[in-house]
Amino acid sequence: MRFSEEFEARFAEMVPHYPTKRSALVPTLLYAQDEIGFLSDEVIAELAGRLDLTELEVRNVISYYSMLTTKPRGKFNVQVCTNISCLVRGGEEILQHCEKKLGVRHKGTTADGLFSLEEVECIGACSWAPAAQVNYDFHENLTVEKIDKVLEEYKHEPTR
Amino acid sequence: MADVTLTVDGKKITAPAGTLLIEACKTVGIEVPSFCYYPNLSLQGACRMCLVKIEKMPKLQTACTTVVSEGMVVTSDSDEIKQARKSMLELLLGNHPLDCPVCDAGGECELQDMTFTYGAAESKFMEAKNHKDEQQWSPVVFFDRPRCILCYRCVRVCGEGMDVWALGVQNRGVSSIIAPNKEDHLECEECGMCIDICPVGALTSGAYRYKTRPWEMKHVGTTCTHCGDGCKTTLGVRRADKGMEIVRGDNRDKSGTNGDFLCIKGRYAFDFANHEERLTQPLIRQNGKLTPATWEEAFELIGKNFSEIRERDGGTRIGVIGSMRTTNEEAYLLSKFARVVLKTNNVDHHRTADFPALAAALRGKENATASMAEVFTAPAILLIGNDPTEQHPLLAWQIRNNVRLHRARLYVINSNSIKLRRQATSFMQIGAGLEGEVAAFLAGNDAAADALVDSSAKKEEWIALRDKLSGEQSLVIVFGSELRGKDVASLVKFGSAGSGAKFVCLADYANSRGAADMGLYPELLPGYHSVVGSSEFHQEWGEVPQATGLDLPGMVEAGKAGKLEALYVVGSNPVGRLDIDPYAFSKSFVVVQDMFLTETAVMADVVLPAANAYEKSGTFTNTCGDVQLVKKAGEVTGTKSDFEMIVRIADAMGFDVRKLVPFGGGTRADMGQSRGAQSGEADRHAVWLEAHGLEPKMSPFDPMAILDEIQRLVPGYDVSRMNLLAGNSEPTSLREAGASAAHKAESIFPANDNLFSSGTLGRYSRTLNSVSESHEVKAAEVAAD
Repeated sequence: MRFSEEFEARFAEMVPHYPTKRSALVPTLLYAQDEIGFLSDEVIAELAGRLDLTELEVRNVISYYSMLTTKPRGKFNVQVCTNISCLVRGGEEILQHCEKKLGVRHKGTTADGLFSLEEVECIGACSWAPAAQVNYDFHENLTVEKIDKVLEEYKHEPTR
Repeated sequence: MADVTLTVDGKKITAPAGTLLIEACKTVGIEVPSFCYYPNLSLQGACRMCLVKIEKMPKLQTACTTVVSEGMVVTSDSDEIKQARKSMLELLLGNHPLDCPVCDAGGECELQDMTFTYGAAESKFMEAKNHKDEQQWSPVVFFDRPRCILCYRCVRVCGEGMDVWALGVQNRGVSSIIAPNKEDHLECEECGMCIDICPVGALTSGAYRYKTRPWEMKHVGTTCTHCGDGCKTTLGVRRADKGMEIVRGDNRDKSGTNGDFLCIKGRYAFDFANHEERLTQPLIRQNGKLTPATWEEAFELIGKNFSEIRERDGGTRIGVIGSMRTTNEEAYLLSKFARVVLKTNNVDHHRTADFPALAAALRGKENATASMAEVFTAPAILLIGNDPTEQHPLLAWQIRNNVRLHRARLYVINSNSIKLRRQATSFMQIGAGLEGEVAAFLAGNDAAADALVDSSAKKEEWIALRDKLSGEQSLVIVFGSELRGKDVASLVKFGSAGSGAKFVCLADYANSRGAADMGLYPELLPGYHSVVGSSEFHQEWGEVPQATGLDLPGMVEAGKAGKLEALYVVGSNPVGRLDIDPYAFSKSFVVVQDMFLTETAVMADVVLPAANAYEKSGTFTNTCGDVQLVKKAGEVTGTKSDFEMIVRIADAMGFDVRKLVPFGGGTRADMGQSRGAQSGEADRHAVWLEAHGLEPKMSPFDPMAILDEIQRLVPGYDVSRMNLLAGNSEPTSLREAGASAAHKAESIFPANDNLFSSGTLGRYSRTLNSVSESHEVKAAEVAAD
C-alpha cells in the first residue's frame, strides 16, 4: 500500500501531535479517503497497522462517521442538506431534483462514476440555505436552476 | 486513600476516596441497577439505569460514573428515579423481541428482572420492531441482534479482559450494532466470556442454546478437569436417561480464584462425558478379543492375577502408571496401593513439570510458593518459558488483569514472542532451549549470559534486567517445564536471595501437581519423601519396599525383556502419548481404567470403565499448589470412580481394605430417612456434619477418609478443611516436603496442549474439535493421557 508523498508528510507531521497514536485515526482516514477515493480493505489494514489498532477498531470508527465510506464514490460527491433551515427554504426540492437529474438516490453513484448523491444533515450554511456541498466546495442559496448549473460545471471540469 | 463519608437513603457510608458511588452503595446493601457497569471493566455510562438523585446536582446522575465525595447526600430510590428507569426500559424494550419463552436467558435475564422490578410493561412505541435473524459467529458463539441492549460488556471483556479485541461497535445511535472482527464471524480465543457476561440472551453458546431452561438444572460447583490452573466451574446438570448429564459450564457465581473467568475448555468441553464411544461396562480379553463382562468377573480376574504374580515373583514384576487427572485421594490411594498391596515401587505417571526439583529447592523455605490468587495481586511477575495464553488461560488472565488493574510489572523471558509480551514491562526473546542459561545467569553465573546475548539484547541489558528483578519486592516467579532439575535450583537461589520471591511451576494437567505431591514416582512417596529410609509413611503404611522402582521407560524395558508380568494403568495413555511400542507389554497382564478405548486400553487384558473428574468427589491441587474440592456433578451409568476400583481390586486380592482406606473409624452417622415425612433429615444432617468437618466416612469408597490421611501425613496439606468444604482454594506449602531425590530431567514430556486441545478429553469433545477445525489449528496427533 503506497500513499502519496504529500500524505506521508502530513501523516508524519500529525501523529506526534497526539498523546496516543490512535487519536490520529480520524484525520488520517480523511486524508486517505481524499487520496484514494474511499477506504478500501487495503487502506484499513494499512492504517490499522500504522496506528496499532485492530482492523475492527478502524471499521468501528469508519462506520460511526457518515462522511467516511468503505465503498467507492463518484468523483464528485454531491451532499444536499435537508436539515431544518434548508428544508424550509426548499432543500427537499433540490435533493429531488438532483435525484432526477443524476438518476440515483441517496448514497447512489452515477454509472459513469462522476457523481454520487447524499442527503446530509446540517452543513453549517443555514444563513445561505438551501445549501449543498460538492466534495469540499459549498454552493449556497440554491435554486433548481442554480444546482443544474453547478452540476454542469462539474461535469466539464476535468480534474478536481 | 483517605476515607469520605456520604449518605445514601439516610444511611451513612464510609468509603475510600475514589470509590464509585455504585460500589459504595453495594457495601451497605443498596443495589443500584445497571446493565453497562461491570466491576473491573472500563466505565461506559451507556445504559442510564443507575440514575440516582444527588443533592445540589441539577438532574439525575449515573451512580456508575460518579465518584463519592465528602458530605454527598444521595437518594437511590424515589418516584422520579423509578420513572426514569422505567423510561429507559421502555427504550430498551423498543426493539427487544418478546421471545423470552424460548430465549436461553429467560429466567436468568437481567432485562427480565429489571422489567419485573420497574413494571415497564407498557410502551408508547407504535413502530414495528427491527428484526434480524440470528447469526452464528463461531462454532460456539451465536448472536441474536434484536435482543442486544448495547451495554458493551462483551466488547470490553473481550478487549480489556482477554486482550483479544474481537468485538466492536459499528454505526452509531439507534443503528449501533455489536460486530465481530471478521465481518460475519469471529476470530478469537473462543473463551465465551462475551456470552457469559451478556445480561440478556443476545450472545448465546453453541454448546447450551435451546437445550434446557435455567431452572431445570441443578448447579454443582466443582474444579475444572482440563489444564493445571484449577478454575472453579459451576456445572448445570440435568437428569438424563443414562444418569446425570452436564449441559452447561460457567462460573457466574464467581466462586473460586477465577471469578467469572473460564476458557473454552472449562466452559464447553464437558461433552466428552456423553460421547457415544464412552465405555460403560468392563471388558475382558477372551480369545484375543475384548469382550463385555461383569464387574465381579473383572475384579476377580484382576485380583487373582495380581496376587499370583506378587506371590510367585514378587511385586517388582508389577508396574503401576497413575493419572494426572484423578483426584488427590485417588493418586494417594494408588501410590499406597502399589506399595502396600502390590508391594512394588514401580510407580510413575506422565510428568509434565519438575515438581520434585522445586520441592527440594524450596524445602525449609517459608511462604515460597505463590497461589493463583497472588498472581493477580503481586506487584511484579517474572515469567520464564511456557505460553500461558495457550496453556494456562487463568494464569494469563490473572497476569493480564494484574497489569491492567494494579499496574504490576511483568517481565517475560521466552523463546517465542508469546502474547503476554503485550502486557510486559520488559520482554526478552531468547533462543529455544536457553531457559536454563537464563536461570544460571540470574543465579549469578555471568558467563551464562554469553549464550543469551544476540543482536536484540546486549549483555548490559541482561545485567540491567537482573538488577531490576533483584530490586523487586514480593516478586512472583512463574516458570514452565523448560526449567528442570538444577535450573530450578538456580532460579530458587536467585529468587530467595533478595526479598524472598514466590514460585509457580507450570504443569499441564488438572492434577499434575497432585500426582506429584501424592508420590506417583518410583523413588518418592507422598510429600516427596524417599522410598528408601524411614518416614511417617513407612511407619503408617507398614512395610514399604525399600528399593527404588522402575520409572516408565524402565517398565517398558522390563516389559520387552518379559520381566514385567503385570501393568496397572489408571487414567493414562502412555502408549498413545509417549510413543511406546504397544507390543512392549504383550507378555504382561495389562489392566487399564479409562473412559475410552485409548491406544493403551486396546492392548489391555482387562479394561474398566472409569468415571471422570466431573463424576466424582475429592480434591485437586492446581499447578500453584492450591487444593480445591472436586464435587460430583454428572453421572454415567455403568462407570465407577478410580477410587472405588482400586479399593475393589485390593479387596479382590484379599487385602483388608480398612488398612488401605481408614473409613468408619468411630464416626457413625444417622443419615435419616430418604422418604416420607422426615425425608429432609438426611440432607440437613449431612450439611451439619460437613459444616463441622465431620462428614461421614462410612464406606471404603469415601474419598474423604483418604483426605483425612492426606491432611494428616502429606506435608503442607494440613489446610483448613472447613475452607475446603466451603468451596475455597487452600494454598499448600512445600516447606516441610521430604528431601526428594535426584530426578531425571529427561523424563518430563510437556503435553503441548493448546487452547483447543486437551489430551483424551479433547479428542472426545465435539465442541473442542469443532472449534479446532474452524481455526485450522492442528491438535496433537495423539492424546497425551
